[in-house]
Amino acid sequence: MKHTIAVLVENKPGVLARVSSLFRRRGFNIESLAVGTTEREDISRMTIVVSGDEKTIEQVMKQLNKLIEVIKVSDLTYNSVERELALIKVNVTPEKRSEIIEIANIFRARIVDVSRESFIIEITGDEDKINAFIDLMRQYGIKELSRTGKISMARGRRTV
Amino acid sequence: MRAANAIVKALELEGVEHIFGIPGGAIIEVYDALFDSEITHILTRHEQAAVHAADGYARASGKTGVAFATSGPGATNTVTGITNAYMDSSPIVVMTGQVPTALIGNDAFQEADITGITMPITKHNYLVTDANKLLETIKEAFTIASTGRPGPVLVDLPKDVTIADIEFDYPEKIELPGYKPKVFGHPRQIKRASELIMESERPVILAGGGIRLSNAQKELLRLAESIPAFVVTTLMGKGAIPETHPLCLGFVGMHGSKYANYALHESDLVIAVGCRFSDRTTGRVSDFAPYAKIIHIDIDPAEIGKNVRVDVPIVGDAKLVLKELVNHVKYKQRKEWEDKVNGWRKAYPLRYIKEKDKIKPQFVIEKVYELCPDAIVTTEVGQNQMWAAQYFKVKHPRQFISSGGLGTMGFGFPAAMGAQTAFPEKTVVDIAGDGSILMNIQELATCVDYSIPVKICVLNNAYLGMVRQWQEMFYNERYSATRLRYEGLSFEKIARGFGAVGMTVEKPNEVEDALKEAFEIDAPVLIDFWVEKLENVYPMVPPGAALNEVIDKEV
Repeated sequence: MKHTIAVLVENKPGVLARVSSLFRRRGFNIESLAVGTTEREDISRMTIVVSGDEKTIEQVMKQLNKLIEVIKVSDLTYNSVERELALIKVNVTPEKRSEIIEIANIFRARIVDVSRESFIIEITGDEDKINAFIDLMRQYGIKELSRTGKISMARGRRTV
Repeated sequence: MRAANAIVKALELEGVEHIFGIPGGAIIEVYDALFDSEITHILTRHEQAAVHAADGYARASGKTGVAFATSGPGATNTVTGITNAYMDSSPIVVMTGQVPTALIGNDAFQEADITGITMPITKHNYLVTDANKLLETIKEAFTIASTGRPGPVLVDLPKDVTIADIEFDYPEKIELPGYKPKVFGHPRQIKRASELIMESERPVILAGGGIRLSNAQKELLRLAESIPAFVVTTLMGKGAIPETHPLCLGFVGMHGSKYANYALHESDLVIAVGCRFSDRTTGRVSDFAPYAKIIHIDIDPAEIGKNVRVDVPIVGDAKLVLKELVNHVKYKQRKEWEDKVNGWRKAYPLRYIKEKDKIKPQFVIEKVYELCPDAIVTTEVGQNQMWAAQYFKVKHPRQFISSGGLGTMGFGFPAAMGAQTAFPEKTVVDIAGDGSILMNIQELATCVDYSIPVKICVLNNAYLGMVRQWQEMFYNERYSATRLRYEGLSFEKIARGFGAVGMTVEKPNEVEDALKEAFEIDAPVLIDFWVEKLENVYPMVPPGAALNEVIDKEV
C-alpha cells in the first residue's frame, strides 16, 4: 500500500540526490516527491509517497534515517491532512465554456488564465479529488497537466 | 594558514600516523604540506591498493585508516576499495583531489564526479566548496567514519580550496543533528532477551564483525561462558571468541563446518550479535534456524528485520549491550544439547585427504598455523579464503582480515600491507590464490620500497578455483574461462623482479621448510605453492540451500 513519509533534512546541496539515490539503489518505488523549505531556513522538508508492504516501508524509513543529513523521518499515512496542487490547461470552446466553469466551481478549483481556446485551472486537494477533476476535464481535451507531489501534515497537536 | 597545511595538521590532531596514497595534480598542494609532516606516507602503486591498505590497517589496529588519491582516475580507482570498506563496515577516510571549483562541471582534465559516484558506497561524503568549512568537514569525516556502525567517508578537495588561506581552528566537537548513534540497549529488551536465554534449551550465539568493531570479545566470551552457549561466527566474526575455545564452533554458512551449521540449524535460540544475516551466512533464508527464536543485537537499526525475522531486537553497541545482558543470565547446564553438538563435532570434523606427492592447499594453511599461530592472516577471495577461514584458528578477530561482503579479489595483499604497517613486528601472511594475487601484484614494489615484510602464500592451482568448483558441481564440468595458463610465467621470478624474495614449492615435504625460511626473512616474500589443481572446498551449502543441507566430500 501507499505510505506518505515526511523527511526533515538539512538544507544542503546534494541531499535530494542522496535521498533519490537511496530509493533507486534499494529498489524502493517513489510515487511522488515534494521538496520545500520549512519554518527554519536550514531545514527542508520532503514528502515522499512510497508504495510497498510493511516490511519495505520499515526499511525505507530506517534507511532514510541512516543518511547523515536526514534529521527526522515520520510516517504521515494516517490521520493527516494531505494536499496536492495541479495546473490543468484544458481546451475551451464557446459552447463548453460555462460547463467547465461550473465544474470548476463545484470542485473549488480556480481558473487562473483565460484565452480564446483554453483555460488554465488550478486545483488543490487530496489525490482522489484531483484525479476525479482531471477525469472530468478529459472530455474537453487536456492540453497540458502539471501536478506537484503530495504534501502532508499530521492533524492536531502532533508535529513532525 | 594555507588550507593544505591545515588539512595535514588536522590529520595529525586526529592521530593519523600513516597515509596510503598516490599524488597527482589536483592534490599536489596537500602532498606539499605532507612533506614537512611527521605522518608517514606510503606510496602505493595503485589507488585501489591504497584504500585496501587503509582498510586492512583499520581492521588490524582499530584506528581509522586514511587514503589519498588525486582527482579523476585516481579517485575512480578508489571505488572498489571504498565499496569493500563499506560492505564490511571498515572505518576509513579517503581524501581525493578535485579540479578547481570554477571548473567543476566543465569536464575539465582529470575531472570525475567522485562524490556522485561514491554516494551509494560511502557512509557519507563531502565535496568541500568553501575553505572555511574545511576543518569542520574533516572533523565530521573522522567522527562519522569511526562511530556508530563504522564505514568509509570520502572528502573531495577542489584544488583552489587547498590553497585558500584559512584560520586554523580545529573543532573539538561537531554538531550533526541527523546523526546520533544509539549505543545503549533498551533495558526492557535486554530483560526480554535474558528471559529467552533462560528458557532456551539449545542456545547458540551467532557473532559477526560487530564484535571486532566494538571490541566486545571479552564481553562475548563472558556471555558465552555464563549461559553457557556455543558460539558460531560469520566470516567477518571469525575470532570473536578464541577459536580453540571449547564453546567455539567456528564459522557458519556456505563453507562453515557441518557441526557449526547443524548447531545453528537445530538451535532453539539464536543470539545474533553484530551481524547482518548475509545470504552466505544464512543459506536459504526461509529455512534459517527454523526452530529458533532470534535475538538480534546491532548498532544499525536498519539491519534488524532486514533479512530475517527477529523476536527481540536490541539496538545498541555490542560491547555495552553484552555487558548488561550478562548480568541478567544465570548458568544453566544443558547436557543433552552439549552432548549432541559435541557429537556432531566429533562425527563431522573438517577434513581433507593428505597425499604424499601432492600439496593439498589445506595442508599449507595448517602448516602456516602450526608455525605461526599468532600471525595476522589476510586472504584474497575464493577457495584460498575459505581454506584459510577453515584451517587457521585465530585467537582474536583482528587476526583475520578478509573481504566478506564485497568478496574482492586483490584485497588480501594490500590489506596485509596495511596490517603490517600497523604492526611492523608481527608476522602478516596473505593467503592468496593465483588468480587474485595478480590483481594487485604491483604492490610488491611498495613492500620492497618501504620494507614491509608481508608473506604471501599463493595457493597456485592454475584455476579461478572457486568458480571452477561451481562449474564442476553445478555446470557439468564446463570450465568456461576459469583455467589460468601460465606458460613461461613464474611467480617466483615476478617477486624477484620487484626485488622481493620469491620461492616455488612443488612438494608437500618442502612446505614446512619454505615457510620456516620465509618467516625468518625480514623482507617481503612470495611463496608459490603448486597445489592440487582440482581440490574443492568442503563442506558446502549449495547456493539456495538451507544450512542443514550442507554437503561433504566422502572421505
